[in-house]
Amino acid sequence: MSVFEVFEKRPRKAWIYWSIALFLVALTIWSARDLSFHGLADKGSDIAYGVLHGLFHPKMDLLTDLSSEGVPYLIFQTIAIAILGTFLGGVLAIPFAFLASENVVGKTVSRITRAFILMIRTIPSLIWALIWIRVTGPGPFCGVVTQMICSIGMISKMYITAIEDLDVRILESLDACGCNTFEKIKCGILPQLYANFISTIIYRFDINMKDASVLGTVGAGGIGAPLIQCIRSRRWTMVGAYLLGLIVIVLLIEFISTRIRRHLAAGE
Amino acid sequence: MYKDNPGPAKGFDKVFKPEKVTLANGHSVLRPRSRLPLILGAVVFVLGCSVYLTGFDVAIIIKRAGQLTVILGKIFQPDFSYFPKVLSPLFDTIKMSLLGSIIGSITGLPVAILSSSNINRNRPTLLFFRLILSLVRTIPTLVLASICALMFNYGPFAGMVAITIFTFGVVTKMLYESIETIDMGPFEAMESVGATKFEAFWTACMPQILPTYLSHCLYCFEMNVRAASILGYVGAGGVGLAINEQVGWRDYNKLGMILLVLFITVVLIDSVSGYCRKKLGGSQ
Repeated sequence: MSVFEVFEKRPRKAWIYWSIALFLVALTIWSARDLSFHGLADKGSDIAYGVLHGLFHPKMDLLTDLSSEGVPYLIFQTIAIAILGTFLGGVLAIPFAFLASENVVGKTVSRITRAFILMIRTIPSLIWALIWIRVTGPGPFCGVVTQMICSIGMISKMYITAIEDLDVRILESLDACGCNTFEKIKCGILPQLYANFISTIIYRFDINMKDASVLGTVGAGGIGAPLIQCIRSRRWTMVGAYLLGLIVIVLLIEFISTRIRRHLAAGE
Repeated sequence: MYKDNPGPAKGFDKVFKPEKVTLANGHSVLRPRSRLPLILGAVVFVLGCSVYLTGFDVAIIIKRAGQLTVILGKIFQPDFSYFPKVLSPLFDTIKMSLLGSIIGSITGLPVAILSSSNINRNRPTLLFFRLILSLVRTIPTLVLASICALMFNYGPFAGMVAITIFTFGVVTKMLYESIETIDMGPFEAMESVGATKFEAFWTACMPQILPTYLSHCLYCFEMNVRAASILGYVGAGGVGLAINEQVGWRDYNKLGMILLVLFITVVLIDSVSGYCRKKLGGSQ
């Protein structure tokens, strides 16, 4: 066949692309019809200006205040909440992940566990915070348990992928060498999983730092509560100070965690 | 781990001298000390500090665990008569996350191309775009939504703007990371036969990027439906508004109904988009 004949026989998928495009346009129109733009709110442009002004002129004494109202303390508290929440979530996710992996427990049990994990994931973190606040009372403690529960969903989902990719042939060779069960787990399973698990936990820690503001809205500690309050009362210089603190620390943590995860992925 | 001729000891090995092991054949090798105790110590220290700062106490959880069931129990007995009233805010949520995802992904595409190091060779503009992206991504969605709600009046439009900005940040980052891994060979080949930069990009790079791009967009849409459900809590419309209302009235049976409907919607959207993503064959 000549090049032109092959070219003539190329797969014709144009109609698929057109129908997908049409479908998307239809969806856009459907959703845009009810979301009409009602113009800026009264003083809407003032608010945009206020946010920008606040970001560039943060309230300096708040940034250097070392008491429990100041930015440094709140940042440390937020980090502590995220660390503890992520750690506990990561530990609790291990049994869930093993119970949800098809190659460990079979289809039935894994389906049930997966449905359970999905349920945990669907209840928004806000609701979890409200539920836990009855147990722990308001404060950072509530934030820890909320982040713990909310982390389980995503962390176990990523664990499951790692567990289902396990190379079981190694276990056979260890069997052939005469290893007992404990040695098989130590030398055959853990080395395959731990880098992936730690990388997942660090990734989730990143997310939890950003999510900390959600917890603030219901009074579960961290930097979120004063931040949202300041936005509602339109104290933009204070908003600027809190946001700046949050942005700097999140960027810093993201930078460090990306490096650690790259290091782990390279297989050290 | 066991090197015959290790280089000069640095850092850790300088403080904790490696152990000398003599092998059966008379050679001696240096075995570095385990780093595990040090790492464990650091982890325990950090966790200890966190426990102190947050006032974490397992005893309280065990003692008051009964309280957990107070709300959970009511949530699991949803008030089915409330169902018809959930639908309209639910569709608002879906609409705002849909529109936000679409606008955010479309605007994200050119920016992602401009911020991938293998296509944009201009260092200053590259760093500029990446800086903006990092800033956009670090501002929490809820903060964005509450600012938008003040700017554009309370309602779904504010939520849509917040979701658009959020999607823009996430899709762009995921996309430029995958653009950086594509094969640039076809692009060079096209250029060498006389195509302009745009033509070469359109025919050589687009087919490589497109499936991944669509898959990222779908993934973002999945996340957005979940995220959108709480945006209403700060006044950005949708089902979150209803959640806020029921929480305010402490009517947890109705809250349970909202959550049940939300659960079904999320499962449906997740499975449809998961199927599409599998077909697209892109990454995760």
